Amino acid sequence: MSAPTSLAGFVSAYRKSTSATLAAIVLLLILAAALLAPVLSPQDPYDLAQLDLLDARLPPGSPSGDGTRQYLLGTDAQGRDMVSAILYGLRTSLVVGVCATLCAVAIGIVVGLVAGYFGGRFDALLMRIVDMQLSFPAILVALILIAILGQGVGKVITALVAAQWAYYARTIRGVVLVESQREYIAATRVLALPVTSVLFRHLLPNCMPALIVVGALQVASAIALEATLSFLGVGLPITEPSLGLLIANGFTYLLSGKYWISFFPGLALLVTIMSINLVADQLRDVLNPRLRVD
Amino acid sequence: MATPTLSIGGLKTWFFTDSGPVKAVDGVSFSVMPGEILGLVGESGSGKSITGFSIMGLIDPPGRVVEGSIVFKGEELRGRSDAAMRTLRGNRIAMIFQDPMMTLNPVLRIDVQMVEAVLAHRKMTRSQALALAHSALERVGIAAPGERLRAYPHQMSGGMRQRVAIAIALLNEPDLIIADEPTTALDVTIQGQILFEMQKICAESGTSLIWITHDLSVVAGLADAVGVMYGGRMVEHGTVAQVLESPRHPYTQGLIASVPQLEARGQPLRQIPGAYSPLVNVSGCAFAPRCERALPVCQTEPQLAATADGRLLRCHNPV
Repeated sequence: MSAPTSLAGFVSAYRKSTSATLAAIVLLLILAAALLAPVLSPQDPYDLAQLDLLDARLPPGSPSGDGTRQYLLGTDAQGRDMVSAILYGLRTSLVVGVCATLCAVAIGIVVGLVAGYFGGRFDALLMRIVDMQLSFPAILVALILIAILGQGVGKVITALVAAQWAYYARTIRGVVLVESQREYIAATRVLALPVTSVLFRHLLPNCMPALIVVGALQVASAIALEATLSFLGVGLPITEPSLGLLIANGFTYLLSGKYWISFFPGLALLVTIMSINLVADQLRDVLNPRLRVD
Repeated sequence: MATPTLSIGGLKTWFFTDSGPVKAVDGVSFSVMPGEILGLVGESGSGKSITGFSIMGLIDPPGRVVEGSIVFKGEELRGRSDAAMRTLRGNRIAMIFQDPMMTLNPVLRIDVQMVEAVLAHRKMTRSQALALAHSALERVGIAAPGERLRAYPHQMSGGMRQRVAIAIALLNEPDLIIADEPTTALDVTIQGQILFEMQKICAESGTSLIWITHDLSVVAGLADAVGVMYGGRMVEHGTVAQVLESPRHPYTQGLIASVPQLEARGQPLRQIPGAYSPLVNVSGCAFAPRCERALPVCQTEPQLAATADGRLLRCHNPV
């Protein structure tokens, strides 16, 4: 039994799970909504001129004060339309999560390949750093870094990368250790191919299945981590609210019955993370031949 | 007399383990002339493959070449820097491995892997390298090379993959090819075809070939000379006719007698008693504990010496 080799084979193996297929569709819709946020949103939630304080904290379905439109999911304390805020927030959350994951993957790939291929003391040193990193909770690492660096999109991404690169490094190293024993890697030595070619052309593609699985799961946790930081008030600045910040903004009104300010961003976050996790689970099952049961 | 392509003298490659040195190769000498095919025979653990890797300069710690000379086209390879060895590897000296399923990277197309092997050693354009790959595939008897170049390894049969592996070895027209049991995993008819191609290539281009195997019938059909190894030492070395038709070392004789014969149907197969244990560093002849002809003198190490008919023999009491 082997992992599917063609795209068509991959798609048909993936579609065997109904929940994963649904999750993939939901995820695509979420991505589209986030990308098209400026087009889909009824208002620009960051343009203060478009906000009307008289419309603040309206429940879902209320008409606006001037009667021109309806707030489908209500408004927040500044009279901001929640639909627009969620779409923009989703966009910010996804951008931060994906950027952080890409950077962390890049670092993890280099560290993992080098450590796994060269081995020896260098490997031991790098892996002890990874162990150290993984022995701290990710949120703690991120909090400490934010405390040092300060707030801002770039800084949050830096903190997320610092908290997550070690997962990739360890995963890649594990795969490289296995692959290095295979004869085609011995063959590259016999052919005296350049080291960069061995690492990036021969080893890296063979690490891809593992990388895709870990990457998909870690995007979800990067988004969750960013939401946590923002919820705690140390993440993104208030001018670029992510879902976490939206939840935090409505938090104080929860007990007074104005649930929608926190609830709907929370729901959006939940659905996003859940669909990513479902997709990642299915990817793991499809791409890892050892787990497949046909 | 022409200079040999490769000449090895007293090669010793030891692995330094916690329980003392393991003498994987312990005094091996032979030379290969241009166009000559040498069969290196021995059972598992006799040091055949390590000899091959020693020549390539690819012995990893805790292993080390501790003694001897490896002279390639009049040039000593021992002590050369890794950078200097890299200019030879895959270029002047090529190696082919045992398992054709494994030597090709499963995720890369054949053309990518072949072009890369050329460009690692020669300055030329991609399309020139591709043309070279095309003709190399033709030389090893692959039909429709253009189509095969665009295939992935898993789209090919085992025999075809081994041909590709051989074609990669031929790409840079090496002076020496070390083939480490490359047909063991193939069925007999494919093996026969590949042996025929190899013989033709060596005769045409003057490439020397060291064919490492445990299969005496392959050596009989392919090689000019044969070296029999036991316990990291060369025990008998001569022409194929000398060694296979009238073996003089008891081990060679046992090895030949162990080959199943069609005429001997129903008879129990002959075998050499005992098993080779590489961790035992015997002081005398390594084969003595299993040898039917062992004498008290075999407790001292015999030396490789030329006999009257020109073969080299390491035995106190030859047949």
